[in-house]
Amino acid sequence: MTALARHRLLWPGAVLALLLLANVAFTPGFLSIEMKDGHLYGSLIDIVRFGAPLILVAIGMTLVIATGGIDLSVGSVVAISGALACLRISELPDQDGVGGVLAAVGLALALAVALGAWNGFLVAAVGIQPIIATLIIMVAGRGLAQLITDGQIITVNSDPYKLIGGGYWLTLPFGILIVLAVLAATAFLTRRLALGLLIESIGGNATASRLAGIRSRGLTVAVYAFCALCAGIAGLMISSNVSSADGNNAGLWIELDAILAVVIGGTSLMGGRFSLAGTVLGALIIQTLTTTIYSVGVPPETTLLFKALVVTAVCLAQSPSFREKAFRRRGRRGPAAPAATDEKVEVAA
Amino acid sequence: MAAPAPILRMSGISKQFPGVQALDGVDFRLLPGEVHALMGENGAGKSTLIKVLTGVHDIDAGRIELDGAPVAFASPLQAQQAGISTVYQEVNLCPNLSVAENIFIGREPRRLGRIRWKQMRRRAAELLARLDLRIDVSAPLSSYSLAIQQMVAIARAVDISARVLILDEPTSSLDAGEVRQLFRVMRRLKEEGIAILFVSHFLDQIYEISDRMTILRNGALVGEYLTGELGQVELVGKMIGRELADLEKLDGKPPARVSGPLVEAEGLGRARAIEPFTLTIRQGEVVGLAGLLGSGRTELARLLFGADHATTGSLRIGGEPVTLRTPRAAMNRGVAFCSENRRTEGLIGDLTVRENIILALQAKRGWHRPIPRRTQDELVAKYIAALNIRPGDPDQLVRNLSGGNQQKVLLARWLILEPRLLVLDEPTRGIDVGAKAEIQRLVAELSDGGMAVLFVSAELEEVLRLSHRVGVLRDRRLVAELPNDDGLTTGVLMETIASGGRA
Repeated sequence: MTALARHRLLWPGAVLALLLLANVAFTPGFLSIEMKDGHLYGSLIDIVRFGAPLILVAIGMTLVIATGGIDLSVGSVVAISGALACLRISELPDQDGVGGVLAAVGLALALAVALGAWNGFLVAAVGIQPIIATLIIMVAGRGLAQLITDGQIITVNSDPYKLIGGGYWLTLPFGILIVLAVLAATAFLTRRLALGLLIESIGGNATASRLAGIRSRGLTVAVYAFCALCAGIAGLMISSNVSSADGNNAGLWIELDAILAVVIGGTSLMGGRFSLAGTVLGALIIQTLTTTIYSVGVPPETTLLFKALVVTAVCLAQSPSFREKAFRRRGRRGPAAPAATDEKVEVAA
Repeated sequence: MAAPAPILRMSGISKQFPGVQALDGVDFRLLPGEVHALMGENGAGKSTLIKVLTGVHDIDAGRIELDGAPVAFASPLQAQQAGISTVYQEVNLCPNLSVAENIFIGREPRRLGRIRWKQMRRRAAELLARLDLRIDVSAPLSSYSLAIQQMVAIARAVDISARVLILDEPTSSLDAGEVRQLFRVMRRLKEEGIAILFVSHFLDQIYEISDRMTILRNGALVGEYLTGELGQVELVGKMIGRELADLEKLDGKPPARVSGPLVEAEGLGRARAIEPFTLTIRQGEVVGLAGLLGSGRTELARLLFGADHATTGSLRIGGEPVTLRTPRAAMNRGVAFCSENRRTEGLIGDLTVRENIILALQAKRGWHRPIPRRTQDELVAKYIAALNIRPGDPDQLVRNLSGGNQQKVLLARWLILEPRLLVLDEPTRGIDVGAKAEIQRLVAELSDGGMAVLFVSAELEEVLRLSHRVGVLRDRRLVAELPNDDGLTTGVLMETIASGGRA
């Protein structure tokens, strides 16, 4: 089991290490972390901190994809949750009151969960294909976010709210702590309890799962609701970081980055087996890549192209059939290759 | 009889997969105009031999000669171009295209780049007529039965390359009439000098159609025999490498130790699936269901498990009236169900043996009450040993197991729950003789231990051997219920099926 996990995480781990090394080459002090005013600072901390929303969304997305589905609506949920929280806080007489902020946050997350449950209902009970079902909120949700903010950018001035995305606690950015908590809770639910097995079974073979007595409908709704909850928290982080809510641009395209993170992490889009650790690595790769583009000094007009090239390389490295082909070709040329080929077959199996 | 020169000769074929020697120095030859059966248990190397022959895998050692010239195919396409075509159990055609399109897909008759539809249809019809098949070739393939689809696949294969035809378990989902039709086609092709390699688990069919057979065991060649010179018992002995005592043992079927009624279905039915039926299954009793393919056997079984909802009638389990809305409801009342489609409705191929075995138990407990790992390991080890699941590695992916072992994993999943009624839909289809005997013995033991079993099978001998009572289905109706006494034979069963119980 551990051997399998090691194999599965080998490639994303190697890519991340390579990216970090590239950064060290360009920015000598890249790996250093220092303590300033009781807070930890450094590029590594920044990568995790700025990547926190993506990691959260990707964790939720992992479970959805493991059931054989996909959730395109997370970007809109990010915008809606941030907008609703900011709207409620801006209406508070005392924006620094913890109680009022908590109520606003709770309301925003509740709405996110409701939207996710709606997605799950469409998929599991009505039987709409996930990509279509979640497309509805992806498109309509942007409108809903605009409606909440009345087409404006709402700014708030609330210290408790600022803490979520921009504050520190125990020397660490608060966002990182939230990610760690959500990750630990998810890992506990799926791996210590039996949720992971049941989700993988639904994604692996839905008909067989039903005949094995699994309540796939309820589980699927719960998974979509959980994914939206993660997106909701990410939305709070993003809007809190800038103390404002932008219904148009908050979380734009984050669903695609999240899906990419899941795939880079080794979870198949067909559903079934999933890897939380792989997803976190995948999200970190994407965030590190963004950081690298800035630190290496890639011209802005070519950043997207550069990102696309790296992502293509990662995906190819992840694909067992591609690796097998590449290695087999080399195996016919060189004498050292047979051992490598055997290793590949093992990875593929 | 002077044997003609073999069209295909494979010698000293070896193939190794990680951890398995799949083929070890196997020799095989195929003569023109013969039907040659390739025999062996699941995992004996039959599929691997076919795959190295058709270029799916390459060989580690050995040599393949076609018409005397050495060949090495890099892909099934190359093999096809050289004259070797394969038709698999699952038809690899496009059901949404017409029959004619399927036959000529990729090589449509054209003029000036335009497809000549009329000529294509005419040629398709001629081709099928050669196989004694007269159907509308412009209708979509999906509008025909699986048997017809298979024959269309054969027609296509023969038209592309007419020297060697490989039929890999073509009969496992056909009913008796369709098998006869297929055999007629095979005989006709044989007369035209085509060499046919035939794989099937049905011994009777092997003896009916094949001229010669090659037996494999554990990746090694046992021998090549003329079908007429090798008895069934000897054949089975050579395939499993031991005496047939296992199968014989079952002949002394223990008398049913039946007690009170467990499941009472009264006028239970489902529109367009199965007419209302009344059936009682008592504890410790094996009730067999016999009938042709599509006669409603599976539909009846699914109603008792709640896999489908009944639209009429009532059901009592253990004396209590119940309405089964989901499989889960049935599970909670002690009913278990092994579907006939192991891969699509039973197992989760991407999960391990251990995970597949504990799945139903875990589902019953709910996600928040995980089965402790130690309990899992004990349960799984116990059933791997009890059912002789091979390989016995609980962390092996179920996908990688052979059919018979997959079936045992599915059985283990349900036996863990210690059900009161076990519904087995075609549990021995497509699995080898050894595993079949083991599963049959298991059914007998379970019923002896007080479990009720509903046993659905297309093989009448098997139904007769195991059941205390046999329900006969025809045209989606339960037409008769016969006690399995000395007077009941396969002949009587067949008559009942044919006459619809009115005789």
